[in-house]
Amino acid sequence: MITYPVFSYQKAKRMVNHQEKQTPIIEIKGLNVRTREGEILKNINLKIPRNKIVVLLGPSGCGKTTLLKSLNRLTDLHKELQVSGEVLIDGVDILKVSRDLPAMRQKMGLLSQRPFPLPVSIYRNVAYGLKLKGIRNKDLIAHSVETNLKRVGLWDEVKNRLNSPANSLSIGQQQRLCLARGLAVKPAIILADEPTSALDPISTRIIENLFKELKEHYTIILVTHVLRQAVRLADHVVFMYYGDIIEQGHPDDILKHPKTEVLKKYLVDGN
Amino acid sequence: MRTWKVWEQQLARGISFLAAYSVIFILLFLLFVVFSKGLKALSWETIFSLPKGGYYFGGEGGILNAIVGSFYLSVGATILAVIIGVPAALFINVQLIRLKRTQNTIRYLLDALWGIPSIVYGAFGFTLMLLLGLHASLLAGIITVALLITPILVRAFDEVLKTIPVELQEASFSLGSTKTETALRVIFKQGLAGFITALLLAFGRGIGDAASVLFTAGYTDNIPVTLDEPVATLPLSIFFQLSSPIEEVRERAYAAAVVLTFFILLISVSARFLSKRYAKNIIK
Repeated sequence: MITYPVFSYQKAKRMVNHQEKQTPIIEIKGLNVRTREGEILKNINLKIPRNKIVVLLGPSGCGKTTLLKSLNRLTDLHKELQVSGEVLIDGVDILKVSRDLPAMRQKMGLLSQRPFPLPVSIYRNVAYGLKLKGIRNKDLIAHSVETNLKRVGLWDEVKNRLNSPANSLSIGQQQRLCLARGLAVKPAIILADEPTSALDPISTRIIENLFKELKEHYTIILVTHVLRQAVRLADHVVFMYYGDIIEQGHPDDILKHPKTEVLKKYLVDGN
Repeated sequence: MRTWKVWEQQLARGISFLAAYSVIFILLFLLFVVFSKGLKALSWETIFSLPKGGYYFGGEGGILNAIVGSFYLSVGATILAVIIGVPAALFINVQLIRLKRTQNTIRYLLDALWGIPSIVYGAFGFTLMLLLGLHASLLAGIITVALLITPILVRAFDEVLKTIPVELQEASFSLGSTKTETALRVIFKQGLAGFITALLLAFGRGIGDAASVLFTAGYTDNIPVTLDEPVATLPLSIFFQLSSPIEEVRERAYAAAVVLTFFILLISVSARFLSKRYAKNIIK
């Protein structure tokens, strides 16, 4: 008699989840970004694993920010940038998407170097993305605003002045507000472009701790040139130099045992 | 060497002081002349009554027709300019963000339009009026003044929008906005204070311009009830009264000038007040 293995539903689900976790959330194939003056990114091939903090490291002008902006096609705002190649987000090439671009962008929350809250109240900043998604239920929006402000540790500081302008917050609070605003649209990825460069050490530590908590549910791609920050946060380091990926891997391998001269030099004098 | 530097510093300071205070002096002198001459002839009757028979020859009445007419014409023209100007300024700054050369060409053309003398707009409006089969009327005046102030409104608003950081647009796009949503919900709100200034600047130019309405709006002693009727304006009222050989009528021209100056000052103060009020949400 032949016996077939019996799979329970839970077990099957766990297997699917495990398989899903193994597949990269972003796969970049042959990405080139150039201007008339020259190449900014040269044939980038990179797989970004799920639920990890991936740090893009490198000196100023090496293409880290351009790479980050290529992921949600903010490069579209700059005509001088010519982009080619493939950027697969969960298997869909964002560079080929046209009508669904806003929905694709909602999968990726963005934190820029300096916080840019929208020119509305604190409440409406967090509610903005939800309204774009077509959510009109006021209770649902209020719940989401509260949940996400709590998540970034801002709720207690602003709960009595939700209708105040967002620009009345300190820079550190504004950055957390921007993070809450991004989380409200339930992204899968957080793109962070030197998000602590304008912050004081206390606000920096708050953001870093938040990232550590958030990686349970999100993939975080962090651009930084602060080595210590990379050491503190990275699960995977990508070192870039003049538009190329020079080395990538686990931070212990990359930062403690660099293979290339360029990285060795960068780790010594940061240039 | 040191003495020369001190002397140079003092000279530069003196020139700056003179330049700044001469501007203030000119403004105060202008206000003094207009108000000292006009207040004598200004009365409630001047403001609240229509001209009666022979008003321009020293007869009784007032300039209510010109006050209301100017208001109708400027409001109408400003509404028309906003309908055309706001989408145009947003289009230049959001939709054309990647096309710098097109943006610059449009800006250059708008600057050229801004520089064209208003009498040319008057002549153009007159030609347009004949082509459309209109006669001198409120509508023709509105169209002509709108043509005059639209470039002013667009460029003034555009200058405000230009200062908005691209990162704010990026923040909006990354939340899933389309270009139109970004333009209306983010860029417009960020530029709202500047827009109000631009709006009132354009309104002020519209209410004070005589040449553009000379051929197109006509002139009447009545308040127009329909767009098809001619309309009196304060600048033309001043012009007609100042041209009179009768001393009393010329003095009344200054009374009309007081009213017009008051409106312009009111607009200027309102612009400051409103732009400050709406600037509270601006991200700097």
